[in-house]
Amino acid sequence: MIPGSFEYFSPQTLPEAVTLLQRYGEDAKVLAGGHSLIPLMKLRLAAPRYLVDLSRIDGLTYIRESEGFLRVGALTRHGDIETSDVIRSGYPLLADAARVIADPLVRNMGTVGGSLAHADPAGDWGAALLAAGAHVVATGPRGGRTIPLDEFFVGTFTTALQPDEILTEIGIPQSQKNSGGAYLKLERKVGDFAIAAVGVGLLLSSTGACEQVGIGLCNVGPTSLRAGQAEQVLRGKKPDDATIARAAETAATESDPADDLRGPADYKRDMVRVLTARALRLAVGRAKGGA
Amino acid sequence: MAVAHGMGHSVKRKEDARFIRGKGNYIDDLKLPGMLYLDIVRSPYAHAKITAIRAEKALAIPGVLAVITGRDLDKYGLAWMPTLMSDRQMVLPIDTVLYQAQEVAAVLATQRYIAADGAAAVEVDYEPLPVVVDPKKALRPDAPVLREDREQKTNHIWHWEVGDRDATARALEQADVTVEEDLYIPRIHVASIETCGCVAQWDSVDGKLTLWMTTQAPHAIRTVVALVAGHLGLAEHKIRVVSPDIGGGFGGKVPVYPGYVVAVAASVLTGKPVKWIEDRMENIQADSFARDYHITAELGAKRDGTLTALRFKTIADHGAFDAAANPSKFPAGLFSICTGSYDFQSAFVEVDGAYTNKPPGGIAYRCSFRVTEASYAIERMADIMAHELKMDPAEFRLKNFIRPEAFPYKSPLGWTYDSGNYQGALKKAMEMIGYTALRREQAEKRTRGELMGIGISSFTEIVGAGPSHSFDILGLKMFDSAEIRVHPTGKAVARFGTKSQGQGHETTYAQVIAHELGIPEDDIAVEEGDTDTAPYGLGTYASRSTPVAAAAGAVAARKIRDKARKIAAHLLEASESDLEWERGKFFVKGSPQRAKTIQEIAFAAYTNHPQGLEAGLEAVAYYDPPNLTFPFGSYICVVDIDKGTGEVKIRRFVAVDDCGNIINPMIVEGQVHGGLTMGLAPALYEEITYDDDGNIRGGSFMDYLLPTSMETPRWETANTVTPSPHHPLGAKGVGESATVGAPAAIANAVIDAMWHLGVRHIDIPITPWKVWKVLRQNGVTE
Repeated sequence: MIPGSFEYFSPQTLPEAVTLLQRYGEDAKVLAGGHSLIPLMKLRLAAPRYLVDLSRIDGLTYIRESEGFLRVGALTRHGDIETSDVIRSGYPLLADAARVIADPLVRNMGTVGGSLAHADPAGDWGAALLAAGAHVVATGPRGGRTIPLDEFFVGTFTTALQPDEILTEIGIPQSQKNSGGAYLKLERKVGDFAIAAVGVGLLLSSTGACEQVGIGLCNVGPTSLRAGQAEQVLRGKKPDDATIARAAETAATESDPADDLRGPADYKRDMVRVLTARALRLAVGRAKGGA
Repeated sequence: MAVAHGMGHSVKRKEDARFIRGKGNYIDDLKLPGMLYLDIVRSPYAHAKITAIRAEKALAIPGVLAVITGRDLDKYGLAWMPTLMSDRQMVLPIDTVLYQAQEVAAVLATQRYIAADGAAAVEVDYEPLPVVVDPKKALRPDAPVLREDREQKTNHIWHWEVGDRDATARALEQADVTVEEDLYIPRIHVASIETCGCVAQWDSVDGKLTLWMTTQAPHAIRTVVALVAGHLGLAEHKIRVVSPDIGGGFGGKVPVYPGYVVAVAASVLTGKPVKWIEDRMENIQADSFARDYHITAELGAKRDGTLTALRFKTIADHGAFDAAANPSKFPAGLFSICTGSYDFQSAFVEVDGAYTNKPPGGIAYRCSFRVTEASYAIERMADIMAHELKMDPAEFRLKNFIRPEAFPYKSPLGWTYDSGNYQGALKKAMEMIGYTALRREQAEKRTRGELMGIGISSFTEIVGAGPSHSFDILGLKMFDSAEIRVHPTGKAVARFGTKSQGQGHETTYAQVIAHELGIPEDDIAVEEGDTDTAPYGLGTYASRSTPVAAAAGAVAARKIRDKARKIAAHLLEASESDLEWERGKFFVKGSPQRAKTIQEIAFAAYTNHPQGLEAGLEAVAYYDPPNLTFPFGSYICVVDIDKGTGEVKIRRFVAVDDCGNIINPMIVEGQVHGGLTMGLAPALYEEITYDDDGNIRGGSFMDYLLPTSMETPRWETANTVTPSPHHPLGAKGVGESATVGAPAAIANAVIDAMWHLGVRHIDIPITPWKVWKVLRQNGVTE
C-alpha cells in the first residue's frame, strides 16, 4: 500500500491552481481532503503524475446563507458541516448525511467538494445534495459557471467538470419554515459505504401537501440517483401512509443496484423502499415542526 | 512503599505505561544502520503455472538490489519449508502458484518505497490452471490435484476420527428425537492491529543470526530455523530470536511465513540487516486464516429431553498447505471437545482435511485449537434440539449438564474434564439478565409481530496444552518454563518461555511471584521473548500461559521459598521445621517477632549464606501440566431484529465466565471484553470468501468487517470460581473463552427470534440481507 512517485504542487490561489490544471491536463489530479484519492493511489489504482493540493488556498471553507441559498465552500470538511449551527438548525437532511459519512477521522479531513468531484455513487453527498436540489459552482480559466447537480454526475467517477475546472462551491435553496429533510443510511458497520441510503428534502404547503420534494439514492446505481418518479408521486399530494408507500415502491423501481458483498440487488432495491418510506416519514415530521 | 498484592487483585498493568505513551517497541520501530527492505510480488491468480519472471525493469530502478525467486532459493534448498503440521509450504514458488496473493518473488532495495516500486515493476507471466475453492469439490475423484509435489495424488490431506462410530450410530437410530444441521463456520482472519514482519541481521564475522520477529513462540522458531537451515551453517547457539512488543497475535503469529525466510536468506546473502513488514492487505490475504469448517452435526435425545448421542462429520478446508499450528497428534486440534458441557453416552466425530486454492492455515484464532468450531457446533445444536423438543433452551441445558459432582469427568471422546459447575454459571447469567421476564416480554412482542430473541451459550473450553504424553509441536513437548532470580536487594527478574501479545504477562506473572514470595509486583521485572535470555518454552497461544507458564512461575517461586527457608533458619538460628511462612517472611513458630523478610533473606543469600549451601537465590522450573484445564461459562444474548432491513441489534449480552482462581480480575475482564468482541465479529460481520476463480472477497478492511466500538454492545460480565484441582494456583486460563463462547449465543438469539416462523438456521456471519431473505421467505416484511 505504497503509492508510485508523483509531483506535488501546493498553489496559494485559485488561478494558480487552474493554471496548473491547464498545464498538466489529464495527468493532474486535484487533492482536497485526500480521503478518496490517496487510498486509490496507495493501492496503485490511481497513479496521477501531478497532484494539485488545494489546501493552502484561502476562502474555500465556509457555510453561509445568502440570496436565497445556503452556500458551502468546496473545501468545507464533512465534520464542519456535521457541527455547524446553521446546518443543524435549518438543514436536517445535510446534518443527517454529514453524521454518517465514514468515520470521524475521515470527516475531519474529507471535504464536501472533493467527495462530489470524486463522483463515487457510494458517496453520501451525491444522494443527499440531489435530494436537496443543489447546484455546484465550477471555476476554470474562463471564470465560474453553475452546474445543476442533476447534470453533474455523468457516470461512475465521472462528472461534468472539465479537466481544468475546480469545484469551488455548493449551493442549495435556503430552508423555509415548512421544509424538512432526512438522510437514512444502512451500512454493514460504521464507516462503511452504504448498502443503500436515501435522502429526502421537502417543503410542505400550508395545506400540508408536498410543494417541493427531492429524493436522492446512494450506492444503488452507477451514479448517485435522483428518484424523479417517486418525487412525482408525492408532488402536490399529502404525504399520507399510502402515498408514502407508493412513492417508496416507485423509488425502489428507479434504483439500479448490483449484487456485491453488501447484498444481492433485490435486497438493496427493497432497502431503497424501506429507507425511502422511513426517510419520508421523518422528513414530514420535521417539516411539521417535529424534531 | 511497594506492596505485594498477589493473586486476585486488579493490579494496574505494568506494561501500559509504555504502551499508552507510545513507547512500545514494535518490530517496525527497529531501525538498524544500513538496513535493506523487502517487498513481495504476489500472484493475481489462484492457480497458475509461472512461465516467466522478468526482473529487468525492476533491477533498472535505482536502489533495487535484487529480485529473489523460488529458483534462487532452491539453490540453497530453501524454496520449501516445513509447516508445523508435517506438511510443507512454498517459500517462493519454482513454477506453480496455488492461491491468490501467494508470494511469487521478493524485491530487495535500499528503501521501503523503492522496494514497492520494484515489486510493481517485476513482470510475471502466468498460465492459469483450473481453480478449486470448494473443499467438497476438492475431495471428488475428478477434482484437479493441487499438490503435485505430494506422493498421494489427491486433495485429501488426512482423516481423523475419535469416539465409537457403531455405538453412536445405534444410539442415533434408537433416539426418540434427532436433529441434523449443516453448519458452516466461515474462514476468518485474526486481523491483529500489528501486521507481521521481521528484521533479520546476519553477522558474518560471528556467524550469528539475530531475528527480531513478530512471533508468539520465539524458542520454537529458533529451533525450526536451526533445523531448516542447519545445512547452511546456522546452528542453534548462533541464532537469537527476539520477539519485541507485539500488537496482537491471536494465533496468527505462531506460523512461519515466507517473508521471514526470504528476509533471513537476503540478510545472509548480503551481510546486511533486512526488514520485511507486510501491509494490511497482505496480512489479511495471505497470512494463515482460521476456521473454515464445514460441519454436518447430528444430535439424538430422549423424548424427556435427555441428550443421548452426538455425531459430527466435518470437512476442514486447509487451503493450499496444511499450515495449522496444532499439536502434532491433533490434526483437527481439540475439536473432540465438541460434546461440550453435556453428558452424552455416545459420541463420534470425524474430520477430513482438504486442499483448495486458498491461502494456507488454519490457525487457532483466539481458541485453543478448533475449540471455537466445536463449541459453536454443540451450542447451536443444543438450541436446535431444545426448540425441536419444545423445551426452554435454559431448562434443556440445565437438564443435560454434566453434574458438579461428576468431576473429574471422562467424556465419551476421551477428555478428562478437571472441574466444573455449569449449573452455577448458567443460573447466575439467567439471574443477571432477568431471564424469566425476558421470555415473557418475548411472548408479548411476538403477539404484536415484533422479533426478539434470546440466545444461550454454555460452553466448555479446553486449554493449557499440554501434558507431554500427548502434546508436542514438531516433537517439542508442550511444557513451559520460568526462571526467577532474586537480587541481593530483594528485587527480582523473572523470565518465561512464553510471549505476551497484549495479555499482560508483565503484570500477572509478577502477581504470581508476589503471591508466592511476597516480593512486591513493582520489584519484579518480567521478561519474555529473547531466546538468548529466557528459558526454553513453547510460547503463548491456546490460553496456555496461565495454565502452563504461570504454573512454572509458581513452582520456581516455591523452589526459591524452600531455599529461603534454609537461609532464614540459618539467620534466625532455628530449625527449618520451626519456621512458618507468612507471605513475605519466615518467622519462628510462636514468636512472630523473630522473623526474616524475603528481602533480608535475599541479601543474606549473597552476603551471609549458610556454609554448605550454594550462594544466590534463583530457580528454574519447567512445568509439564498433568492435564489440560477446562474453563467454562454461560453467555446470554438478547437481540431485536429490524423486520424492514434485517439488521440484528444486540440489546444485552451477559457473560458469566469461570476460569478457576483469578490472578488479576481487571485483566480477566479485559480479556473477556476483547474475546466477546472477537466472538461478535464472525457472528455478525467477518468473513473471507472467494469467487469461483479463487479471487478473494473481503481482503481489506473495506470488506473485512472488523466491528468497532459502535457495533459492540455493552458487555455485562461476571464470574463464578471453580478452581482447577491440578493447577498449582487453581487457575485455568481465560484468554479465549469469550471468543469461543460468544458466536453461538448471538446466533442462537437470532434464530430464537424467528424459530416460530420456521427458521432453523442461518450460517454466520448473520448479515442483514441473510435475515431479510429468510424473513421474506416466511412472509415477513415492513
